[in-house]
Amino acid sequence: MTETSSPAIATGAPVRLKSIAPPGHVRCPWYLRGKTGVIERDLGLTGNPETLAYGVEAQQIRLYRVRFTMKDIWGDDADPASDTLDAEIFENWLEPTHAS
Amino acid sequence: MPHDHHDHDHLSPSGHPYREDQDGPLSYHQQMEIAVRELLVEKGVTTKAEIAAQITAMDNRSPAIGASIVAKAWTDADFKARLLASGSATCAEMDVPVEAMELIVVENTPDTHNVVVCTLCSCYPRNILGLPPDWYKQREYRSRAVREPRKVLSEFGLDLADDVRVQVHDSTADMRYLVLPMRPEGTKGWSEDQLAAIVGRDSMIGAAVPQA
Repeated sequence: MTETSSPAIATGAPVRLKSIAPPGHVRCPWYLRGKTGVIERDLGLTGNPETLAYGVEAQQIRLYRVRFTMKDIWGDDADPASDTLDAEIFENWLEPTHAS
Repeated sequence: MPHDHHDHDHLSPSGHPYREDQDGPLSYHQQMEIAVRELLVEKGVTTKAEIAAQITAMDNRSPAIGASIVAKAWTDADFKARLLASGSATCAEMDVPVEAMELIVVENTPDTHNVVVCTLCSCYPRNILGLPPDWYKQREYRSRAVREPRKVLSEFGLDLADDVRVQVHDSTADMRYLVLPMRPEGTKGWSEDQLAAIVGRDSMIGAAVPQA
């Protein structure tokens, strides 16, 4: 069983969800792709469900809770912008906020 | 007559409409389920009795389990602290196993109201609340709860003050969520049983608040 090589991301660190649309079984909600939030907590390692879905051995990857403001997700017409949303996101969907 | 309907052709003697018999052909997935179940029994992996027992156990789970957890948290500060720190381990103390990676208990406060949704499917803490309500699984709730949660809650009859932050939890992976509502005013001195009786299912999803 291969373990993830990437170090855990610190709570509070900003992260962006990849804006990609790969085929197959994916576990990242469409409405959060490309959006920026912060790590709310590290939930530890788990088998990558996007691989497990095909019945094969999966890499152990980190699962995080990422917090967004409604403004992060929906822009200026979010009502009110300061309400928040947490979602569970697997590390393979996260990229640093400075990535282009 | 208790039910004096006029259209007697489509009603049972008790006045209720007949449910049509399911005489149509089995769907692909029904056939597949029966085939897999029969193979598992034939090969000795499980038994018919075990399957029946599991269905009974599933049907016996109800929001009363969650209500007893909430009532205990309202009356026992140590239990509440443990529940918020480690939901699954603390529910196991009460002989309630949670078959998820972790149960995350989120506490409503005067500043924050929590509400749970699963936009990808219908993840729900079944061990604690039983089967999910129909609306929880429908596209309308799943799409609107993350876009306009205040409006959705208002349609449930819950109008939140502007200074209360709404915290939505999109249950997208292996966690399960239980909302710990605020104990209402006017319940001082109530027993755990009395308190549990006012904790409804929707208040543990975040779509309502308990009333004394």
